[in-house]
Amino acid sequence: MKKFLIRLNYQKWYNVLRDGIARNNPIVVTVLGICSSLAVANMVENAIAMGIGVTLVTMLSSAFIALIRNLIPSQVRMVTYMVVISTFTIVFEMFLKALTPDIAERLGAYVGLIITNCIVMGRAEAFAVKNPVRYSTIDAFASGMGYTFVLIMMSLIRELLSNGSILNIQLLGENWINWTIFAIAPGGFFIISLFIWGLRVWLKYYEE
Amino acid sequence: MVSITVLFEIFIASLLPFNIALASILGMCPLIAISTNVTNAKGMGLAVVLVTTLTAAINWPIYEFLKWSGTDTLDLLVFMITIAASVQFLELAMQKFLPSLYTAFGIYLPLITVNCIVLAVSLFFVNYDYGFLETVVFALGSSLGWAFAIVLLSGIREKLSVIADLPRGLKGKAIAFVLLGILALAFIGFSGIARVDPIQ
Repeated sequence: MKKFLIRLNYQKWYNVLRDGIARNNPIVVTVLGICSSLAVANMVENAIAMGIGVTLVTMLSSAFIALIRNLIPSQVRMVTYMVVISTFTIVFEMFLKALTPDIAERLGAYVGLIITNCIVMGRAEAFAVKNPVRYSTIDAFASGMGYTFVLIMMSLIRELLSNGSILNIQLLGENWINWTIFAIAPGGFFIISLFIWGLRVWLKYYEE
Repeated sequence: MVSITVLFEIFIASLLPFNIALASILGMCPLIAISTNVTNAKGMGLAVVLVTTLTAAINWPIYEFLKWSGTDTLDLLVFMITIAASVQFLELAMQKFLPSLYTAFGIYLPLITVNCIVLAVSLFFVNYDYGFLETVVFALGSSLGWAFAIVLLSGIREKLSVIADLPRGLKGKAIAFVLLGILALAFIGFSGIARVDPIQ
């Protein structure tokens, strides 16, 4: 009986993890948290920094909200999420400024916009407020990873096409003419639509 | 005192070449979710113009106070609280004094609290080091630009849902991004006519 219980638990961990990364991938399936991702995903470095930021902020705030979930009155829960999320975002912003000042410079105001990233708020409202700390943390981690995965894939394509390099290492030869449009907004929009299309066909998730 | 030309340049720049939706890629969640028909898009656009301009005007003196007291690292937290509180206040005031307006776009108001552009405008005026008038004009231009983008997009999507025969995986949100990409390409044509940080 006890063995069975542990197995059930394992099953739940695994399900939560898989849902976040593939089945409920925040960007591809529910189309949330696009704003910050498209603007910064034109270089792999930026994408990694942003991915780590969103994952950490989501995990910490989900864990914290799950911890105090029985103390939050339901009328003021939105404001509570806001305060918790802003606090962790400020902490991350300070870390980023101290550790990698040039990436912080490039991301600029977009680091602060992690607060309004729908993923963080969405996970708090949909999962953390009803579940214990350990599952909430795993769920937040999975969503954050799903987000980071799409971000890094997109930035790989965009940096290669717009700059001929990946992680600032020049890959394409001197005859390569930079395709600048992919570093700015239109390129981001086209790449993400192709991404959503491809992954939806692969996951057989259609919107009628 | 800033001159009228500077203010006008900021307004045009934030409306067209630095359009907050199509050049800075902000406010995407509501832009994609609400742009399925033109009526809703107009309501959302109006609500965003109102809230963004109001909160930027409130946040500017608050930021000055934070700078004066040396606690400007907390700007994010304070801005968020101001935005949430003023949206709540606006909703109550509208329900009481302008019930017809409230029924028209009251439902969009709570959604705006998590709209990136409201916070983004407040963060940008810190970055660009604007004065009060410049901040208000910039907020007005940016939010009008966003409203412009959502109305354009919803018009195209409404027509497209009737006439187009799309592949299954591209329906709904995916095609909206293709349309946004084409709109953004068109808006590149405006680049160079004005700057958001004019040379004074």
